[in-house]
Amino acid sequence: MRVATNTKRNLITAALLAPAAAWLTVFLVLPFTAMLVFAFGERAPEGGYQAAFTFAQFANLPTRAAAFWNTLLLAPAGALLCLVVAYPVAYFLAVRANPRYRLILVSLVVVPFWTSLLVRTYAWMYILGSRGIPNLLSMIGIEDVRMLNTPGAVLLGIVYGYLPLMIMPIYVSLERLDRRLLEASADLGGKPVSTFFGVTLPLSLPGVMTGVALVTILLLGEYLIPQLLGGGKVFFIGNALVDLFLQSRNWPFGSAIAVTLVAIVVVVLMVAMRIAWKVAGTRQVDLV
Amino acid sequence: MTKWYRENAPITADKLADELMRLKRGSVSRRHFLGVTGLGLATAVLARQPGLFNSTAYAEDLGTQMSIATWPNYHDPATFEAFTAATGVAVEVNVFGSNEEMLAKLQAGGTGWDLFVPTNYTISTYVKLGLIDELDLSKLPNYDASTENARFTSEGIVDGKTYAVPKNWGTTGIAVNSDKIKAPVASWKDFFEVAMTEADGRAMVHDYQLTTIGNALVSLGFSFNSVKPEELAKAEELLIKVKPHLYAINSDYQPAMRATDAWMTMCWTNDGAQLNRDMPDIKFVLGKDGGEIWSDFYAIPKSAANKPAGYALLDYLMAPENAVKEHIANGAPTTDSRVMKLLPADVTSNKIVYPDEAALTPLEFGAAVTLTDPGRAELMARFKSA
Repeated sequence: MRVATNTKRNLITAALLAPAAAWLTVFLVLPFTAMLVFAFGERAPEGGYQAAFTFAQFANLPTRAAAFWNTLLLAPAGALLCLVVAYPVAYFLAVRANPRYRLILVSLVVVPFWTSLLVRTYAWMYILGSRGIPNLLSMIGIEDVRMLNTPGAVLLGIVYGYLPLMIMPIYVSLERLDRRLLEASADLGGKPVSTFFGVTLPLSLPGVMTGVALVTILLLGEYLIPQLLGGGKVFFIGNALVDLFLQSRNWPFGSAIAVTLVAIVVVVLMVAMRIAWKVAGTRQVDLV
Repeated sequence: MTKWYRENAPITADKLADELMRLKRGSVSRRHFLGVTGLGLATAVLARQPGLFNSTAYAEDLGTQMSIATWPNYHDPATFEAFTAATGVAVEVNVFGSNEEMLAKLQAGGTGWDLFVPTNYTISTYVKLGLIDELDLSKLPNYDASTENARFTSEGIVDGKTYAVPKNWGTTGIAVNSDKIKAPVASWKDFFEVAMTEADGRAMVHDYQLTTIGNALVSLGFSFNSVKPEELAKAEELLIKVKPHLYAINSDYQPAMRATDAWMTMCWTNDGAQLNRDMPDIKFVLGKDGGEIWSDFYAIPKSAANKPAGYALLDYLMAPENAVKEHIANGAPTTDSRVMKLLPADVTSNKIVYPDEAALTPLEFGAAVTLTDPGRAELMARFKSA
């Protein structure tokens, strides 16, 4: 009897999990397997993939060292920059803003996401180009300022493009903050600054870690912003992949780089999660 | 109970489906169907709008949409609108920056293109890889091989079979904003020197190995098409030296040139003509040390989903009265003597579009080997990642 119920329950669980498992298999496992197979193959003479078993593609990775280096530097730097801008915004939205307008303010953060990043980046090309801000500057006598196709433009584009992804998780963690803890801190003589650093900030850390991990991972694959706002002069892994698949048609080498990138993402994710759990965990123990 | 109020009401969805099934089964005539459903009247009214539904000229069903892959700033948008008005087929335009990109997409499959615009040196490779169809010239009554200039058409014909018909020809030269740059720019050697001096931070090269590597080779006195490792190494050295001085590596250079963010760029004839027409300060020069001459073709991918529409648009574009509008808008020279006759004198006398024969002499057509040479592909990647 008991065994039968368990079997039944297992069957129901399996049936409920099946769609997700199928989805993962079709959209994650199969493409990744294909990529792994490609990575050990050779470039066909006319481009594309040719079956083989060689480590040559991985041995060739150092030729893209600059791309890896740029990406591994840019992704965390961009994420930290986003964090610096996003935290005060999220704090304002969750703690300070009038609850009546909170929903509107939060939607204002999300609304730009409804438009394609490509379109919004093109808008920045116009704003930063000669007819945009530099034109306004020349009216007050500051001539020949170049903004477009500079590293600054790339950083600006990244902060602009990824900010909502950083704001939202921090906002969510701050919004759930128990106000009684703030009152308790004040009652115990904590000044606003020490309450912020002793209570608010630590409790929002899981949100911060989620945001940083999310933005870092997405930035590891970024190629559009450096291409459009950086003039294609700064090369990231995303750009290297686009080139390998669309220009030199070297699918095996592209796959090897993609596999390596996925490995890096997994490591970044695991480290971020570990830190997030650790921080959240110990704080909870402290509070109890 | 009377249903007078419904007598003249539009047909219900159920009734329409019913009638449609009867039409499909053949139990009613098309005339009966159109009459009963009111669609006949609607069609008659719409048919008075010029261009809607008058697809009688096309024997085959063309569908409602098709897709073309082509280059930036390469067509008069009105051409596609007119084609849609004439046939009811909407045209989706995909824009590319290099032939390599087009080849990569076709090799990967599932492009959905019904027509595309490959450049001369790629066609033999497309044929070899089985990516394009031999053209059925009987479906292109507007195409006339005898009025085409053989200098530009030969590469569309492989083993005596026509795989592609020409769109237009052109050159790859230098566009210079003469208001900003005073130094003389007359060769690719000048281009790279000025890019590092007077045009520091204001010069652009294509995101395209053929022209960017090719012109660097030419500036060093080598062939545009060289795949010799020692010559490529010298070109790479030059490109990497120039890179920190560049404004951008991008094949879509018109926006930057028009905004005067960039002052000098590698430039195709048609873009040169368009830029010069709108901003006379922007001059177009051919390298006296060499460079590229090219012709672009129309071809139909083997994988095309809507070949009838592909042929219909191609035939439409081959009609001299349609082609001439494209040429006036796009600015590239024609390969067809019938179109030449229709072009206004200010176009045919424009030295950007129709340069003197002497200026064309040092130029080279791209070679098939440069398309697939892994050495050039790797060089381009190293240049971009440097």
